[in-house]
Amino acid sequence: MKPPLTMLPERAGLPFKHSHWPEIEAAGGAVSWYEVHAENYMGAGGPPHRMLEALRALTPLSLHGVGLSIGGEGPLNRDHLERLRGLVERFQPASFSEHLAWSSHDDVYFNDLLPLPYNAETVARVADHIDETQDAVGMRMLLENPSSYVELEGADMEEVDFLVAVAERTGCGLLLDINNVYVSAVNQGFAPEDYLDRFPLHLVGEIHLAGHAVEVEADGGKLLIDSHDRRVDEAVWALFERTLRHTGPLPTLVEWDNDVPDFPVLLDEAALADRALDHAQDRAQDRAQDRARGHTVAAE
Amino acid sequence: MRLSHPAETAEPTCQEGLAEALLAPERPAPKAVRTAHRFAVYRNNVVLSLIDALASTYPAVEALVGEEFFRAAAREFVLAHPPRSPILIEWGGDFPDWIAAFPPAAPVPYLGDVARLEWAWNRAYNAAEAAPIRIEHLAALPPELVAEATVRLHPSHAIVASRFPVVSLWAEATERAERSRLDLSEAETALIVRPDMGVDVRKIDAGTAAFLESLSVGGTIGEAAAAAGGDEGLLAERLAGLFQLGLAVGLSGGVSPTPIQP
Repeated sequence: MKPPLTMLPERAGLPFKHSHWPEIEAAGGAVSWYEVHAENYMGAGGPPHRMLEALRALTPLSLHGVGLSIGGEGPLNRDHLERLRGLVERFQPASFSEHLAWSSHDDVYFNDLLPLPYNAETVARVADHIDETQDAVGMRMLLENPSSYVELEGADMEEVDFLVAVAERTGCGLLLDINNVYVSAVNQGFAPEDYLDRFPLHLVGEIHLAGHAVEVEADGGKLLIDSHDRRVDEAVWALFERTLRHTGPLPTLVEWDNDVPDFPVLLDEAALADRALDHAQDRAQDRAQDRARGHTVAAE
Repeated sequence: MRLSHPAETAEPTCQEGLAEALLAPERPAPKAVRTAHRFAVYRNNVVLSLIDALASTYPAVEALVGEEFFRAAAREFVLAHPPRSPILIEWGGDFPDWIAAFPPAAPVPYLGDVARLEWAWNRAYNAAEAAPIRIEHLAALPPELVAEATVRLHPSHAIVASRFPVVSLWAEATERAERSRLDLSEAETALIVRPDMGVDVRKIDAGTAAFLESLSVGGTIGEAAAAAGGDEGLLAERLAGLFQLGLAVGLSGGVSPTPIQP
């Protein structure tokens, strides 16, 4: 039997910002779980490790890698895999996730999630890398859909089909970033609802929400940037609620990485996500009761 | 060494094309990108995110030259010295030497030393842990063996010597100290160490710096005292300081080099 997609609570989680640590510690388990970027804990030691140890004792953790370069044309960085394995062993996260993207080439690390041409060759390479990663960390991982800004030559698959193919080959789960879907949809000119309707929601182990910046291009068109520097947009909240109607509650992270606000602002965003998750929970219970009643009627 | 491509004229792969253009603003967008004008988004994300990373390691340098100058300089550094590993907390160690030699920064001759102090701070923050030992361990040695003993210093420690008042400049730039009229001809040497949660940065005299440098390369207490100069009283003070600051994490006494646990 496959391990579950996630051990995270089906509640809102927040990114762990070191500047918030005193308030997080004081708030105890007020937030259901936290997500950390794995690479921030790859130093030899120091306060980051100590804070993470203490946080781990408070709530479940999601370990989210940003630098593995799973989509890279070259082989995975073995040292990096080993470091990830060490973090998983030490901090026992409830979930491990990474991105459908590349970020390193010929040893240069670009610190960005760069695009891949979606085709059969790329499926094979990404799937091999995911197999290798899951073997190394010893757990089922979630693969996150990227935000995209360009179309690439050599691409002949839809992103959703690509993710399905990779998940089928590797058994990995998916991390659905709804802000990324919206950003890509506006930038590439498709309907985000169509993308989400085709998305294999049964494979989703976690949802990401985040804020994006809006720019106007020379031709007057809108360009959205996945900036993680503000509150979640109304349109993204609406897509989130729409998605929850199909999935029921799921672990949901409100990301915020630049211009990080005071902790209470993040708590506000988490409360908004929790409210939507409560509604999803109520609906799921109603449906279960309806089903139970249906069975009773049928039995009579 | 990098393997060369099968033929030098071969078309670059999609990723090669993108990688070559990301840090080369003068190049056209790569052929693999159908919507060429949008490639700028990735170029911006890469460079701006790395400038931000550098700014978080070097806040005092940024405060001393202002945001605009810092970001323009950082952009040049990023293009010339991009990270070679995804661990960004370990990237940027080349910046102090680079900024010291950066011609537009020549009117601020102490910038390189302040950057060295900040890099040492960053290294100390992320350094391996080690438990400081108490001075009683030293006191327990037979007096005739003290000069022969060696002290293992905390892995987070560093010394930054400058012909400028580097500690004062750093402390004022990061608002740890009130702004004052600094005498720029006043040389200062910084000791940086993180025995527990907080990084400790303080001024030390040249003798103490020589004392610590001798110990850090495995010199005995006797050799370190000779390198530092000064009388018995000063040596006792320096030894006490070692333990008070949490610098000493191990002691090997005279003939039998048995490390003592905390």
